[in-house]
Amino acid sequence: MQNATVKAATYNDTVVRQFAIMAVVWGVVGTLMGVIIASQLVWPELNLGLPFTSFGRLRPLHTNAVIFAFGGCALFATSYYVVQRTCQTRLFSDKLASFTFWGWQAVIVAAAISLPLGYTQGKEYGELEWPIDILIAIVWISYAIVFFGTIGIRKVKHIYVANWFYGAFILAVALLHIVESAAIPAGWFKSYSAYAGVQDAMVQWWYGHNAVGFFLTAGFLGMMYYFVPKQAERPVYSYSLSIVHFWALIFTYMWAGPHHLHYTALPDWTQSLGMVLSLILFAPSWGGMINGIMTLSGAWHKLRTDPILRFLIVSLSFYGMSTFEGPMMAIKTVNALSHYTDWTVGHVHSGALGWVGFISIGSLYFLIPRLFGQKTMYSVKAIEVHFWMATIGVVLYIAALWISGVMEGLMWRAMNADGTLAYTFVESVKAKFPYYFTRALGGFLYMSGLVIMLWNTYKTATNGKPATVEVPAVVAHA
Amino acid sequence: MDMINVLRIVFTVLSFVLFIAILVWAWRNRHSAQFKDAQNLPFDQD
Repeated sequence: MQNATVKAATYNDTVVRQFAIMAVVWGVVGTLMGVIIASQLVWPELNLGLPFTSFGRLRPLHTNAVIFAFGGCALFATSYYVVQRTCQTRLFSDKLASFTFWGWQAVIVAAAISLPLGYTQGKEYGELEWPIDILIAIVWISYAIVFFGTIGIRKVKHIYVANWFYGAFILAVALLHIVESAAIPAGWFKSYSAYAGVQDAMVQWWYGHNAVGFFLTAGFLGMMYYFVPKQAERPVYSYSLSIVHFWALIFTYMWAGPHHLHYTALPDWTQSLGMVLSLILFAPSWGGMINGIMTLSGAWHKLRTDPILRFLIVSLSFYGMSTFEGPMMAIKTVNALSHYTDWTVGHVHSGALGWVGFISIGSLYFLIPRLFGQKTMYSVKAIEVHFWMATIGVVLYIAALWISGVMEGLMWRAMNADGTLAYTFVESVKAKFPYYFTRALGGFLYMSGLVIMLWNTYKTATNGKPATVEVPAVVAHA
Repeated sequence: MDMINVLRIVFTVLSFVLFIAILVWAWRNRHSAQFKDAQNLPFDQD
C-alpha cells in the first residue's frame, strides 16, 4: 500500500529512458545502413555480390531503421515524457508502456532480419510482411491506450498543444498502418495487397505521404512545442497560432498524397487536387515554423552559447526549407523535371536529416541528462562538435543531390533537333558520380556525429544513475 | 448528381466552415488569459 502511494507520486521515466537510449542506438545503425547503400551507389562492388547485402534489400532496411526505429523510439520517448509532465500525472499503465517498448524493439529486430532475407510486401515504407504488421498494430493500439489513458487521468484541465500533435500522430498512424497493410496472406512470409492497380498506388501514396505528414511531422511538432520552449526557457510564441497550426495541418495533410503519382494512371483531377492541397500545406507548415522560431524572440543570444538550442532552431530552418521545397515540387510542371530524380531523395533528406533528425537530437540532448539525474550531458563540447558535423553533413548531402537531381532531370529530357534523346540513361548515371561521392561523404559526417552522441550518452548514463522525478504536489491552474 | 457526391460536397464545405470557425475562435481576445496559462504548462514544474 505504502509502495503504491509512492509509485503513484512519481513519473514513469523508465520507459522514457529505454526509448531514449534505443533512439540513439538505432540512429547510429540506421544512418550506418544509409552510408553503406550510399557508398554502394558510388562503388557498386560494395554489395559484395550477396543477395542479403544488395542495394534493393538494404535500402528498405535503412528507411525502416531511420524512420521507425530511430524516429519511432524518439517519438515514444518524448511523447511519454511530455504527456506526463504536461498532464502532471504518471503514465496510465506501466505494464502496457513496458509492452510498447519491448514490442517495438521486437518489430525492429524482425525488420532487421526479414528485410535482408528478401521478405517484403514491396510497398515503400510499408515493406514489412503481414505477421510483423499485426505486431505493429497491437503495439500501436497499446501506445494509444497508454497515451490517451494518461490524458484521461490528467491533473490539469487544459490539454497542452504538444499532446494534440502527439495524439493526432498516434491516431493517424494507426489508421494509415491498418489501411495500408490490408493484405491477403499466402503463407507466413508472403501476402498480396488487398487493393489492385491504381487504387493500390493511391492507397500506397495516401499512406506514404501521410507517413511523412503524421509520423515525420505531427509527432515531431509535438516535440517542438515542448522542447523548444523548455530549452529557450520561454513559452511558445503564440498559443492561438499553435491551435490554428494544428487544425490547418489536420484539415490539409490527408489530401496531399496524389502528388507522388503525377503523370500516372491516376485520374488527372486527383493529381490536380493533390497538387493544390500540397500548395495550401505551405501555409500551416510555415505558420508552425514561425511559431517555433519566434519563441526565441528576445533570447536570440542563447543560440551563441547553447548547442542544444541550436539543434532545435536549425531543425526549424530545415523544416521551413523542406516545406517550401515540397509544395514547389508538387506543382505538376516542376514535378515533370524532379520526379524519379535524386532531387526527390535530396528533398526527403533535407526533411529527414535536417528537420526530424535535428529536432530529435536536440530533444534527446535535453532529456538524457535529466533522465540520469545530471544537469547537462557529459560533454557539452561534444554536442557542439556533433552540431557542426551534422550541419555540414546535411548541407553536403542535399546540395549534392539538388545538383545531381536537376542535372539528370535535364539530361533525361534533352532532345536533339531531330527529336531523338540527347543522352543515354547510362550517361546520366556516369555524370552523377561526383555528387554520389559527396552525398556519401555528407551521410558519413552525419553518422559520425551520431556516434559521438552515442558515446556522450553512454558517458552521461554511466556517470549518473536513473533518476526518479516526483509529480508536483500542488496542482496548478489551466 | 448522385447522392454520394452531394454528401462529399457537403462534408468538404462543412469542414471548411468549421476550420474558419476555429480560426476565428482561436484569435478572439477573450481567452487570452486562458491561453497564457496554457502556454506556461511546460513550466509548471521541474
